[in-house]
Order: sequence, then structure tokens, then C-alpha cells
Amino acid sequence: MAIKLVEDGPETQSTHQRRRGERRLDFGTAWEYAPAPERPDHVRLRDRYGLFINGRWVSPESGKFFKTINPATEEPIAEIAEGSEADVERAVAAARQAYESVWSKMRPLERGKYVYRIARAIQERARELAVVESMDGGKPIKESRDFDVPTTAAHFFYNAGWADKLSYAFPGRAVRPLGVAGQIIPWNFPLLMAAWKIAPALACGNTVVLKPAETTPLTALLLAEIIREAELPPGVVNIVTGAGATGAALVNHPDVDKIAFTGSTAVGKLIQRALAGTGKRMTMELGGKAANIVFADAPLDQAVEGIINGIFFNQGHVCCAGSRLLVEEGIHDVLVAKLRDRMATLRVGDPLDKNTDIGAINSREQLERIEQLVQVGEDEGAERYTAPCPLPEKGFFFSPTIFTGVAQSHAIAREEIFGPVLSVLTFRTESEAVERANNTFYGLSAGIWSNKGARLFKLATQLEAGVVWANTYNKFDPSSAFGGYKESGFGREGGRHGLLPYLVVE
Amino acid sequence: MAEKRKKNSDRRRPGADYVETVDAPDPVGRLSVKKTWKLYIGGAFVRSESGRYLQTADKQDNYARASRKDVRDAVKAAVAAQPGWAGRTAYNRGQILYRLAEVLEGRRDELIASLTLGGASDAAAEVDATIDRAVSYAGWTDKVHALLGTHNPVSGPHFGFSIPEPVGVVACVAPDRPALLGLVGAICPIIATGNTLVVLASELDPRTALVLAESLATSDVPGGVVNILTGSRDELAEHMAKHQGVRALDLWNIDGEAAKQLELLATENVKRVTRRLQPAEAWYDADECTSLTWLSSFLEIKTVWHPMGA
Amino acid sequence: MGTADGPKLAGLNGPEGRGALPPLSASPPVERVAIEERVGALARRSIKTTAKKAGLLLAIRMMDLTTLEGKDSPGKVRALCQKARWPDRTRPEIPSVAAVCVYPNLVPVAKEALEGSGVHIASVATAFPSGLSPLSIKLDDVRRAVEYGADEIDMVIDRGAFLSGEEQKVFDEIAAIKEACGDAHLKVILETGELGSYDNVRRASDVAMYAGADFIKTSTGKIQPAATPAVTLVMLEAIREFYFKTGRYIGMKPAGGIRAAKQALHYLVIVKETLGDAWLTPELFRFGASTLLNDVLMQLVKLETGAYQAAEYFSRD
Repeated sequence: MAIKLVEDGPETQSTHQRRRGERRLDFGTAWEYAPAPERPDHVRLRDRYGLFINGRWVSPESGKFFKTINPATEEPIAEIAEGSEADVERAVAAARQAYESVWSKMRPLERGKYVYRIARAIQERARELAVVESMDGGKPIKESRDFDVPTTAAHFFYNAGWADKLSYAFPGRAVRPLGVAGQIIPWNFPLLMAAWKIAPALACGNTVVLKPAETTPLTALLLAEIIREAELPPGVVNIVTGAGATGAALVNHPDVDKIAFTGSTAVGKLIQRALAGTGKRMTMELGGKAANIVFADAPLDQAVEGIINGIFFNQGHVCCAGSRLLVEEGIHDVLVAKLRDRMATLRVGDPLDKNTDIGAINSREQLERIEQLVQVGEDEGAERYTAPCPLPEKGFFFSPTIFTGVAQSHAIAREEIFGPVLSVLTFRTESEAVERANNTFYGLSAGIWSNKGARLFKLATQLEAGVVWANTYNKFDPSSAFGGYKESGFGREGGRHGLLPYLVVE
Repeated sequence: MAEKRKKNSDRRRPGADYVETVDAPDPVGRLSVKKTWKLYIGGAFVRSESGRYLQTADKQDNYARASRKDVRDAVKAAVAAQPGWAGRTAYNRGQILYRLAEVLEGRRDELIASLTLGGASDAAAEVDATIDRAVSYAGWTDKVHALLGTHNPVSGPHFGFSIPEPVGVVACVAPDRPALLGLVGAICPIIATGNTLVVLASELDPRTALVLAESLATSDVPGGVVNILTGSRDELAEHMAKHQGVRALDLWNIDGEAAKQLELLATENVKRVTRRLQPAEAWYDADECTSLTWLSSFLEIKTVWHPMGA
Repeated sequence: MGTADGPKLAGLNGPEGRGALPPLSASPPVERVAIEERVGALARRSIKTTAKKAGLLLAIRMMDLTTLEGKDSPGKVRALCQKARWPDRTRPEIPSVAAVCVYPNLVPVAKEALEGSGVHIASVATAFPSGLSPLSIKLDDVRRAVEYGADEIDMVIDRGAFLSGEEQKVFDEIAAIKEACGDAHLKVILETGELGSYDNVRRASDVAMYAGADFIKTSTGKIQPAATPAVTLVMLEAIREFYFKTGRYIGMKPAGGIRAAKQALHYLVIVKETLGDAWLTPELFRFGASTLLNDVLMQLVKLETGAYQAAEYFSRD
């Protein structure tokens, strides 16, 4: 029986000595997947959304609206109200009123039951939410469908159960809610971040004013509809859309007891500055530049999956993305070759196609930032490899990219790129791996790949990171605390630890 | 005999031989040796690099007036000591804190004498409470994890847990009063869990802080774990607040514009700031001052995931 | 490591694989949860319309239509061979399967029934399914099957020997059997359901490939679990590594428990995204199955007509 040999392809861009010589895999067209678009026909969106204040949709006082666009097509989807200081004032007043008159007085179990209702309604409308999330933010439908939306529901479900059990969370101490929480969330996991913020706040007895990111407001507004349908008392959750100025108005409002922020370290510092000396509570979930450390004894093929998932999940728009790959020197070439093969199978394109692995970059602005940092990487002398994935002509897309030959001092090894760009560095010994991993002002997450149990646990304690994934990556669960060390922020979200930011412990 | 011992103890007492007007020396008596009160950095007693000094309010002693660069040196020592201190077992840290209590008990008289001279109202009671505070925290070191750690029942084939870890190097501005109890009460929750610190002592009674430093130096607390500076809060606190190697700030009885300025500086590297206003008598409320929340202010929570299989 | 005077194997062109038992370090550990997660993700690929049709037709061409029962008779085998040649008589565009797979005694029957069809004859041998007979008997078994006309030999490894650490014995047996195969292609059945871990599956794959296997195969079909997507992925990863080290293309055959067209497409997705185009061919990928063919035919008709099909409209052979 004749065995067909694949012809050698063109030379790769690599100047590395590829141990594998001319042998290469061909991820071509022998059997192609047909388009498999998720149809948006069941989605009900309005042309224009107001602000959700005191249980009602209201127009912004300024009368101003802005467009939210689909980053995969650059077409506008809907018009969104631009909340002003006056609108924030209304929202905070509604939240305060709801806190004083209803929410703080409600029996805890009843409070929990409202949160359970929200969880259930999210599950019912899962498909619609997933489609809108992908349309508005650009993430692949398989992620919004299998990760964002189910995990959103899980967060409400988990926290709902805490409402009547808070006295067990802090044994020996009495706890009470803070009052009104101002919450500002980013565009990378729009609905999920809303859940991370709203669910524990409500379960602990607070009322909230939430400001979604200006490029991805839609699912938060659908959540407002769900909250209305769940008959949550008016004012308990208020959603004020807008950009930076709207967020600033919320931060600076004197009647807000706490600010919870997820976003960049730069903006986090601005908020911390604005609140200096005020005594207001804060939680900050900021940027990251996580090390994903691979030892020679690792389950390599699974490590490759972990690396790919670590950096290309959600186009790399992930604060805990494994954006610095630290590889034990002896396996560098093999691992990089494996990564390139794996990258060749990534499917970049229409976020609504069920087979898309990497969707659209969230905004033109972010795309430009990624392009700029990648340029800096090239200028600094790192070697770039970009996967040969065809990109759509319209929309904001960026091919999966890795840099090898990266030095610890390169900007691409230090700055958060927040895109599908991986920097590969090497180490020789375990202690060097730890030193390099910790050699950053960030400290959100880290990954370790090794077959040695003792090493995993030792490194897990030595890495300065709020989340350590050993032989896995990018795992999240409402029962698990998440948050940063160092300039990646403070405070935790998820688990019992995630309640503390929304309670006063007497 | 009893009288003689008393006299010896008086001589040992800091500054006891200093008086405003110098009488003619007793030609057959003995001249006592005076001590220079120095900063405690990295386990060593050092003069301020600036060469400056201040005089205690009782005018009995001179003590070093720390400078910006002393803050730098102290943080450097704390940074160097931190991994080793955090790397010790919780049991061992508990033993060391208990040893500190033992050493304090042994220096009881000296501490009472210094506090009294420094203006404390009931020095004996303060020393007693201080020793007990150290004992209480000695017991906390290996209990925190059971209370703050969690096993996370994640919905997937993974084993997950969240554990408390030290935040790193903490800078602390101690309260003026009680000078000793407030200092030890602020230090203990920070170091019990594996942090190291730089602490700026009471301005009203800095000498007692340095007596404590001598106790620390002769206890088993490794050098660099606790670094004690004396000097001006107005001058030094800002350098502590903006030092990039400091991960958390613990401010006692600072309010208003001063607090705002320090918190602004703290944002430079996203420091965790704990700021509390507490009247002197509140430090005697042992239940409150040894509560778990005091420890948790200087802890990070780390979540670890590992595959397990369904 | 390895024996100096082991059998010289033709075709091994890599310096690392010339007829020696590979060192343990050649077989990296496998992370169980991650492997299962990966195949789980690949199971969610959406295969529609043209991709579905092409995939199903390819699956037929990759099928080893199998009957391995004690009650197998010449009549049963002849019927199976008819199905293998013309899976759907009413649709001439439906290709023949790759091979039929039978016990040695029935190879002559199959040979006659498949004359001129291009469909290969595979025969299980080596004291199938347990593999617990003396080597001389196994070799005899193989030679007889080849002599009867088998193009492909599906041997079983001695799992008892493998699990008790006698890798060299397993290696030597495979090498000897490969020699006995002559021109026939050798598929080595690991019986992964008895190996206990993915690490062992990976190790056994490496032992088999370095000893001269042309194909590695998951299962006999007599033990549960038989083929699973995860086990198949582990073996494909071993094949990939072996290819990079030696330049040799080793085939893969999951067998047992693959009954639905959807499963077959899932396997094809795993092959496509692990090894690429070169392996998307019957020369390098086979399904060992008996009932899968009818489900694939039903799905093809459904694609064509838009109507869901019922089993009674398809011949059961």
C-alpha cells in the first residue's frame, strides 16, 4: 500500500534551527469545515437603549447617545445613552433609596431568592445573551456560549446561596452591608464581569450602580431587562452607560460607599487617587502579565494546549492571560515548533461562526494598541511569527502571534498587550524560572507545567500571583477567589473571600 | 542588698544618670556609661546615615533621627528578609513570637522604666498587655490558614484551594500612645503571617521602641523582619508611602490632609492601605486587637488549581 | 535500553528509532484532564452541509468493516463483503470501505468475495483477543493469515507483559511479528481499555511504533472501554512525535464503540487538527467498526433528502 508523503512546504520564517528538519504537518484543505454561523434571528434588540435607573428605562439628561458597533463588521448595532453626572446622581439616589427602604430590610433568604431568579433567567436566555455578547464584543460564539454565559449564571447562583449564610462566612464577627456600591467593568467579559460585581453585592445586601464599558454595553442592558423581569425592587440595580466621564462621576459621587473596578492598572491608579483619603472601600482587579512556566518534564502536548488557551482565549483580551511563556531552555525549540503547528489550526474570523477560535479585536483603538506594541517587539529585535490564518477583510482582526528571542527587558515582556500576542523567554533552573516569573510589577496569575508534584506545590507558593494554575490554565469558578498581587490590584472576587469586599465586618 | 540591686537597676535605666545641672562628680564614685540609641535595621543597630539625632522629651537621651535614606535601607533589609521569614513554617513563626514574649517578660523592668520616663500613665499595665499581645499572636501563626483558606468545590475535574499568603513588605506608622503596646500590637499581626516591616515608632516615646528593638535583637526574630525607625513622621511617612518595594501601608491615627497625601503616594504601586484611628485605651481591648481581620489586612489570597479528574 | 541484536526493521529512517526499545524519556507524561478537555473542545466543532458530506464519505473509505464473533460463518462474511464493496447499492457514488476484518479462518472466504474490489482484507492474529499464547503460535497464526491472503494483520500485544514491566518482551514480539507479516501491513492493537492510564497508552504506542508497527490500534472490541476520542488523541500525539523523530508515517485505527456518524466526524476532526491533511486518508486512518456504516449511510441520505431516516430502510449484514 503506497503511503503518500506530503511535500515540503515553503521555508518557515524561523531562523531557529528546527530540530524537526524538513518534516512538517500540513493543516490544509483536505477536509474543510463549512461555515457554521449561529443565527441571530432570535435576538431581540432595540435600536436605542436608555439608562436603567430605579427599575425604569430613562433617557439621559443630556439627550446624548453613542453607537455601539460590531467589531467584526464595523456596523452599528444600537444606540446607547451617554450617562452624565446628573444621571449618575439619579442612579445613586435610587440605589440609596432602595438600600434604605427595601433591600437592607429584606429577610436575607428573600434577597437570595431574587438573585436565584436572575440566575435562572440568564440560563433561559442563554443563547440570546451569547449571540449578543459575540456581536457586541467580538468574542467567538463558542466562548460566549460555553463559558461567558454559563459562568455568569453560575455566579448569580453561587452568590444567591450566601445571602442567608453570611454569619457563617466570618465566624465570631457580625457583618452588615456597606450600602451603595459603584461598579465599573471592562469590555473583555462584559456580562460575566457584571455578574462578578452584581451577584456578591446583592447577596450581601448592597444596592448597586453599574457602569458597563462603552464598547460593550449591550449584554448589561439585556441583564437589566432580566432584572426587571425578575421583579427586583426598583433601584437595587441601576445601570448607567457611558464612557470615562460617566465612570468618573460614579467614582467621585460622595454617596457611594464603595467602588469596585475591573480594568487597566493605569485607570485603577486614577481611581485609587480619586478616592485617597475618603475612607471609601475599594476593590481593584487590574492588569497582568502572567508567566506560564513549562518545564522539560511537563506533559508537553497538553502544555501546548494550555499555552494556546492561555494567550489566545478571548483574543488575548484577558487580564490573566499567560502572555509570557517561560520555557526550560532544553525544550524551547521543540515547544515553539509545536506551538506553531498548533497555531496553524486556529480559525480566526466571524465571531458568530461556531468553529471560530479567535474572533474580532474589541475595538479599533485596541487593535491599534496591539499593532503598536507588536511593532515595538520587532523593533526591539524579538523574532515574530504570525500564524498564516486568513483574516476577514472587514472588522478588527489580528492574527495569533508569538515572539521568540524575547529578553526580560523587552517591552513585550513587561507591558500588558491585551491581545493575541505571546512572548517566549527561556530559563535554565527552577529558581531562575521563579525569579523571572516574579520579575514584574503585575501579579495576577501564573501557570506551571511539570510532572513533579513537589515542584508544582513549591512553585505555587513562590509565585507572586493571585491565581496559580498547575497543569491547566484559565480556569474560573464562582467558588474560587480571583484577584491580584502587587499592581494587579487588591481584593478578591469569588468564593467566601469575594464577600468581604461587600461587607462591613463589625 | 536590695538597695544595691535597685541602684544597679537605676543605673541600667536609660538616661537615668543624666540631669540638667551637673553636680561635681564624686571623686570615688563610678561614672555610668551612656548609651547611644540607634535605629534597628536588618538586625543591626545603626546611626542614621544622615548623622542627625534628636533628644527625647525627657531630655535624658539622644536618639537617631532617621532620614529618607534610612527608610530606603530599612525597606531593603525588610525585602531581603521577607522570603526567608515567609518560608519558615507557621509553627516556627509561632515559636519565635512566643520567644519574643519570653524576652519581653525578661526585660519587663527596663520596659517599664523607659515607658515611665517616656510619659506612659501606667507603664506596668502596658508592658503586661504587650507581652500578652505577643503571646496571643504567637498562637495565630498556624491558625490563620484554617480560617481564611478554603477548598473550592469547582464545577469541573479540578482540585482547587485558596490560601492566605503574606503580602510582602509592609510599612507601618505606629501610634504615639501607647508607645509600646501600640507598636507591638501593630507589628505582631503583620509579622505573624510572614510579612516583614519597617515601622516608624512613636514620636512621643521613641526610646521605648528602641528598647523593644534590643528585645527583638536578643529574641529569635531574624534580622530584617522588624526594622524600627525613629524620627519625624512628617518627614518620613511620605517616603514609606511612596517606596515601590513596599506592598502595603499600615497607618495609625493619621487623618485629614496628611492621610490623603499618603494614600495618594500609595497609589504609585497600588499599595494596600489600612488606615485606622484608634484611641490609646482601645489598644487594651485584646479581643478586638487580636482579631482575625487585623491579620487579614496584610494577607493576599492565592487560588491554586490542579487537574484531578472526574 | 534496547537490544543490540534486535531485529533490523525496514523503513525506520530516523537515527532514534532503529529497531531499539525507545528510552522512557521518549514517552512524555500525559495530563488526563487536559486530554479530555481537548477532545471535548474538538467535539464541539460544528460540521455542517458540504463538510459533513465530505467527512461522511471519507469515513466510509476509512472503514474496516469488522466481524469478530465466535459464530462467524462463511455466509456472514460473504454478506459483509458485499456490504463492503457496495455499501449502498442504490447510490453508486458511495465508495467501498477500506477493508473487511475477520478471523484468519475466514480470510479465504473474504478473499474470494472481494476479488477485484480493491477492498483490503484484514485479519486479527496472534491469539486474538488476549494475546496470551507462546510466540511460536502467534507467529504461526500470522503467517497462516498472510498465506490465506490477508493484506493487513491486526495483532494484539501481550498486555500482561506490558503491565508487568516487560516492555522488551512486548517490543521483541511486535518486531518478530512484523517480520512474519512480510508485505502485509501490521496494525498493533494496544487494548487501551486494559492499560489503565493514558501514560501507559502513550508508552505502549511508542513501543509498538519503534518495534515496527505500521498502524497502532486502540482495541479488540472485546473489552470496555474500547476506542475513545481521548485515547485516540493520545495515540495520535505519539504518532506525531514519531513522525518528527523518524520521518515515518504511522497509521491510526480506533476500534470498538464507534457506532454513530457524529462520533466518526468527531474522530476526523481530531485527526485533522492534530496531524493534518496527510493523515486524512485510508492509508493512515481507519475506523474499526461494524454498525457505524449504516448510521453514516443514514446521515448521507438525510443530508440529501432533508428527512431523518429509520434503520429498517438500510440493510443489516
